[in-house]
Amino acid sequence: MSAAMKVHVSAIRKVAPTIKEFILTPADGEFFPFSPGSHIVVEMQTDSKTIRNAYSLLSDPMDNRQYRIAVRLQPESRGGSEFMHHEVHEGDELTITPPNNLFSPDWRAKKHVFFAGGVGITPFMSYIPEMLRRGADFELHYMYRSTQTGAYVEALRDLIGERLHTYDSITSSRAEIADIMAHCPQGTHLYICGPESLIDTVRYRGQQTGWPASHIHYEAFAAPKPGKPFVAELKKSGKTIYVPEDQSLLEALEANEVEIPNLCRGGVCGQCRSPVLDGDIEHRDEFLSEKEKSDNRCIMPCVSRAKSSRLHLDI
Amino acid sequence: MRLAPKPVQTFRDDFTYTNSDEAIKRFPFPFPEDEYMYSVNIEPHTLPGPEGSVYEHLFDIDEHYLSEMAERKQVLAENPKRCLAMDHMDLACWDFIDRAMTTMSQDYPNYFTLEKDGEHWTWENKLLGIKDTFTFGDSRTLPHPPMEYMGCQVQGDIALLDQRDNDLFMDAGIITCPADWSLAFDAGMSFSQWHGPVPLAHEAGIFERALKYLNAIPVDQPVRRLNWTLTINARMDTSPETYPNWGTDRDSVTPENVGEKVYLRVELQVLDRMPRSNALMFSIRTYLISMNDLVTNPEWAKRMHRVMKTLPEELIEYKGLTRYHSTLLDWLKQFDLEN
Ligand code: FES
Repeated sequence: MSAAMKVHVSAIRKVAPTIKEFILTPADGEFFPFSPGSHIVVEMQTDSKTIRNAYSLLSDPMDNRQYRIAVRLQPESRGGSEFMHHEVHEGDELTITPPNNLFSPDWRAKKHVFFAGGVGITPFMSYIPEMLRRGADFELHYMYRSTQTGAYVEALRDLIGERLHTYDSITSSRAEIADIMAHCPQGTHLYICGPESLIDTVRYRGQQTGWPASHIHYEAFAAPKPGKPFVAELKKSGKTIYVPEDQSLLEALEANEVEIPNLCRGGVCGQCRSPVLDGDIEHRDEFLSEKEKSDNRCIMPCVSRAKSSRLHLDI
Repeated sequence: MRLAPKPVQTFRDDFTYTNSDEAIKRFPFPFPEDEYMYSVNIEPHTLPGPEGSVYEHLFDIDEHYLSEMAERKQVLAENPKRCLAMDHMDLACWDFIDRAMTTMSQDYPNYFTLEKDGEHWTWENKLLGIKDTFTFGDSRTLPHPPMEYMGCQVQGDIALLDQRDNDLFMDAGIITCPADWSLAFDAGMSFSQWHGPVPLAHEAGIFERALKYLNAIPVDQPVRRLNWTLTINARMDTSPETYPNWGTDRDSVTPENVGEKVYLRVELQVLDRMPRSNALMFSIRTYLISMNDLVTNPEWAKRMHRVMKTLPEELIEYKGLTRYHSTLLDWLKQFDLEN
């Protein structure tokens, strides 16, 4: 598990109607530079529990004086974004993990095409300075709803000019994904960050038209969704743990001092995989194969839950 | 550093390489058990490690520094392809430069200094008489390509692995003392491709698990493992390209000379995540010890005998020990009579 780092919240500002940006500076020592597409995990201590959410870094990766993240308020979620929006103030101290990267650009690409949906713009904010430094060929298709999202449009227009294509669902037409993809030269890599529907659309289109899977990269919003409460019984430690509806199994384990390796906390990296002895699993991850899911023998506790009221874990 | 670099010794022709008593004492003996077991044996490389040990610093600089750097220059002069970096690895090379210069100047301040003035860095290597000022990240401001420049100042081979599609690709490196593998051949290959020849490990699913583990290594949390083989004479460069120079050495082992001819070759392999490029630095620091020096430690001598005795046939073959394995075993037996 990554070593924790203390940071100060040195500035907070609203960058879209539902999105706040947080500037984090080191509480002591120095930040690492990071690679484009990296994320950090922010630990939030609420009255009743600890929430850990992953957020993409959106500053220039070469600038190690500060890390910047943007958080969209998602009232229907488990409270992490509400905490960031309502409880965190300038000058506060937060705990984060050092950056990790599960969404790195493929630098061999002839061309890079980014699809960003809403707050999914964040990882591309760190791609762009490095792409510019390298003189890489890229374009950004940015879809948002200006009454809620659409952060950084002006700054992006200044920075990359006509390589930015915006689609505001309130005022303009939708992005013609199939069309955009059809016009990409051979050797183009696609990168998608946004809601599942956007990722599915691009991937489906890619499958239909024969894009190599290795040329399509995506990152879903990582925060686990709430679900039904259940009880986890742990064979090795003999513990019985209650997992409430707005806490992930991983968080509940951590709250009970059961440490599980983890990295993305969003069901993609494979670190937290844990064996299951008994009980019905509701798989919500991107990591396990269909076969492994139907075998019902292991679970990714960072996002997945129980369908049954009990899960018996071999940990 | 407790071990000051000695004057240059050779790893070829007359083989003047020797280990001091101190170097023998800190040799990373790789066998934790009497019986040979294949395992991935990866563990955190927590720094600083025990004082004076090979694990103390990220880059272990020891008494053989000057000799190894001289050997490296010679290998590169014979075959410049032992160092390469694909275009997309430029930033990863600079990550490596930063990591090496920063840690070496902190860990060995008597030998290396680094001054940073924004992007303008001045690096001094007193051991090799190098002093350069350059712009960090701008490869044109160095006297040599970045991989070669820094690679010629650290002991051990370095590969920089690009991470894509949940796999690792060997896209840059300086490899002049490999244990029978070739950078030119492996360049661009994925993790499972370059491990293709290793017997027994595929079935065990070891590589699949190791790859997942490696892909998830975070910044500033390096991991390490030891790897070993045997080499005849203190030869650093046992690459396939130079096989004609050393292949027949294996026939030269006799009961009389086995103690001086056969060397245990241990690689301390460290994997360290590079922050700007997300590449993994794979450093392979090679240590050589003759059987005569090794048996000065009775525990090691005994264990060496037992491990050799239980080594599976496939591995004897794979590691190229077939022709002298029994000679070595007979000789080692004198240190382990009860077995
Ligand atoms: S922490 Fe990455 S899959 Fe669970």
